[in-house]
Amino acid sequence: MDLHYGPEHDTFREEVQAFLRAAWKPGDDAKAFRRKAVEAGYLYRSIPRKYGGSEQAPDILKARIIADAFEVARAPMELKGNGVQMLVPTLLERGEEWQREQFVRKTLEGEYKWAQGFSEPGAGSDLASLRTRGELRGDQWVINGQKVWTSYARECQYMFALIRTEPDAPKHQGISYLLLDLRQPGVEIRPMKQINGGNDFNEVFFTDAVTPAHWIVGQRGQGWSVSKSLLKHERNMLGGIDRSEAMFNSLLGLARRVERDGGPAIRDAWVRDRLAALKCDLEAQRRSSHIQLTRELAGESAGRLQMMNKLAQSNFAAAVSELSNAIVGDESLLSPIGNEKPGNERWVNQYMNSLAAAIAGGTSNIQRNIIAERGLELPREGGVE
Amino acid sequence: MRFDLDDQQREFQYSVDAYLAAECPLQRAMRPHDTGEPDVALWRGLMELGIGGMLVPEAHGGLGLGLLDLAAVAEAVGRHAAPGPFLDHALATLAIVLAADETQRTRWLPALASGSLRGTVAMGEGGGAWLAGAWTLEPGESLDGTKLYVPHADGADLIVVGCRGGQLAVVERGASGVAITPVLSTDAGRPLSKVSFTQTPCSLLPEAAGDRMVDAGLVLLAADAYGGAARLVEMSVDYAKMRAQFGRPIGAFQAMKHQLADMAVAIEPQIGLYWYAAHAFDSDPAAAPLAAAIAKASITEAYPRLARRAIEAHGGIGYTWEFGVHVWLKRALADQAFLGMPHLHRARIAGLSGW
Repeated sequence: MDLHYGPEHDTFREEVQAFLRAAWKPGDDAKAFRRKAVEAGYLYRSIPRKYGGSEQAPDILKARIIADAFEVARAPMELKGNGVQMLVPTLLERGEEWQREQFVRKTLEGEYKWAQGFSEPGAGSDLASLRTRGELRGDQWVINGQKVWTSYARECQYMFALIRTEPDAPKHQGISYLLLDLRQPGVEIRPMKQINGGNDFNEVFFTDAVTPAHWIVGQRGQGWSVSKSLLKHERNMLGGIDRSEAMFNSLLGLARRVERDGGPAIRDAWVRDRLAALKCDLEAQRRSSHIQLTRELAGESAGRLQMMNKLAQSNFAAAVSELSNAIVGDESLLSPIGNEKPGNERWVNQYMNSLAAAIAGGTSNIQRNIIAERGLELPREGGVE
Repeated sequence: MRFDLDDQQREFQYSVDAYLAAECPLQRAMRPHDTGEPDVALWRGLMELGIGGMLVPEAHGGLGLGLLDLAAVAEAVGRHAAPGPFLDHALATLAIVLAADETQRTRWLPALASGSLRGTVAMGEGGGAWLAGAWTLEPGESLDGTKLYVPHADGADLIVVGCRGGQLAVVERGASGVAITPVLSTDAGRPLSKVSFTQTPCSLLPEAAGDRMVDAGLVLLAADAYGGAARLVEMSVDYAKMRAQFGRPIGAFQAMKHQLADMAVAIEPQIGLYWYAAHAFDSDPAAAPLAAAIAKASITEAYPRLARRAIEAHGGIGYTWEFGVHVWLKRALADQAFLGMPHLHRARIAGLSGW
């Protein structure tokens, strides 16, 4: 057992820290800083330089060191979102050269924002039953149908979407992965109000919307397999320990601030017991991530541990929210919705948000199917593809 | 960065697993439950594999290994719910390693390492008084007082007794004033006794290592619990693949799949808690008490819940005595309660975290 990074990586950490001291102070322009960080080889490491990345050899430990050092310095990390985290890896793996040249760099720099057009009213967990149609007419696709739960669609210029282009093929083989411009008359975007009062997500209606014939990733009918690396990517994205740790630390802060029986809540025996139980969960997630990291470094599969990340994290988020509401106590009777300056009741929003974690990117029940069928090798029931 | 058992640790774990797979089939694990008789013979076989010397320095006839090595073995012992004095002998041996002077070490360690002397530990005093800070017996040249829940006290050659201030005293077999009263134990595989001392001559160990010994016990219990709980997941999954109802294996039904997936998620990601706690005990003593408390609280709390769900997953057959899943349930209850219930350790976690 060796929990140290070793001398080579200790030197690397010092390099990163020196770079940050020279190149970043809070308040600096994030875009200019990111350019410098890409130049230095610290951001977008897996992406070739010609597309705007820093093209470094894969090194999980270096990636971890960079993430830690940037976090401590509060320096801007890689942009998040569908474009950077989902479309770019897909284009690098399955896209054509012109697609990479046209889209990757501008996506990395935040100029292009992408919506994900996967789910439909009749195609959620059973995504492959999607029905939005695409017909090739001349040199363009004509698209009709509807997508739903499309986060930030109103702020996005483009969408990557799964569209049924081969209606006579079996369900998984009739789908293509198309790119399209959302800013056209055939696209109507309607915001949907969420339980937390926000409206990040939307319905997107296509009525004879069009996109050029060559704006397809992979071949006709290959969209399902093109999208699969994406789903895997999204699960990893949602499975990290950073979010759990940040949640837990804010909960500790809340427990120190809020009064209960004349003292800070964190002095209350029941609150301490529940916090300690959550700390046990958090530490298990941390150690599990170290095991997964070790296996990856050795070039082995992390096995079913990896399949458990999302469910473990959703369960944790739910447990944090239950405890935060209990600590907030009476003030959870107040609504943060429509309040410009909410007090502790803003934790009611956190309570709502924790539900999104259990649904987005594959519901907890779908995670259980995956663990059972792929991890425990129980008989498949057609649900998991 | 390498957070994993090394090859030697895996080999030890594997050889113990193979020994127990051969020597401790279900009937053997159940026998103490059937007969009320303890099983020390199985443990003798472990001693022949060299397990008794793992924590003993090479100078005293041992292998000079760490708690992580032994904890990996404890996981295998837990997998098979192997009856016998593995835990108590290991802790008694560790107490001598940690707290004894050179003369005492030379006298006892080689024999403890080979298993020709068998040791046990007397810690609990009832009402949750397990930890060194709660021990009340006065340390001195002789002992007076009562300890509860002492495993395999009958026939033990040495009893390491926890005293006030975390001091440890050794009572040898045949010492005067020792009254051992066996009690009916939930986990018949590790039978307990009440042990009273009246003017009992003892050897006091110079170092007050009670806290360290208890921490090691917490880690070994967590490892045992992990092994048993992971085995229960496997048993339940295997049963669900084999048992057919409505014309198909019950494991094809989503209700079963989800239950089994939840069971796996409740235990498998926790393996690193006991690894890390053992590693900290060996290499980072300042971090060890918190890590041990976390491993014990978390894994031994999950174990009985998992055992309940495993019995449910087996249906009616799971509730029968002969089928034997109850052996793990009873071991789970013992792992949970021995050295203090999870909530007691959660209170310590809060304190040790500086809240």
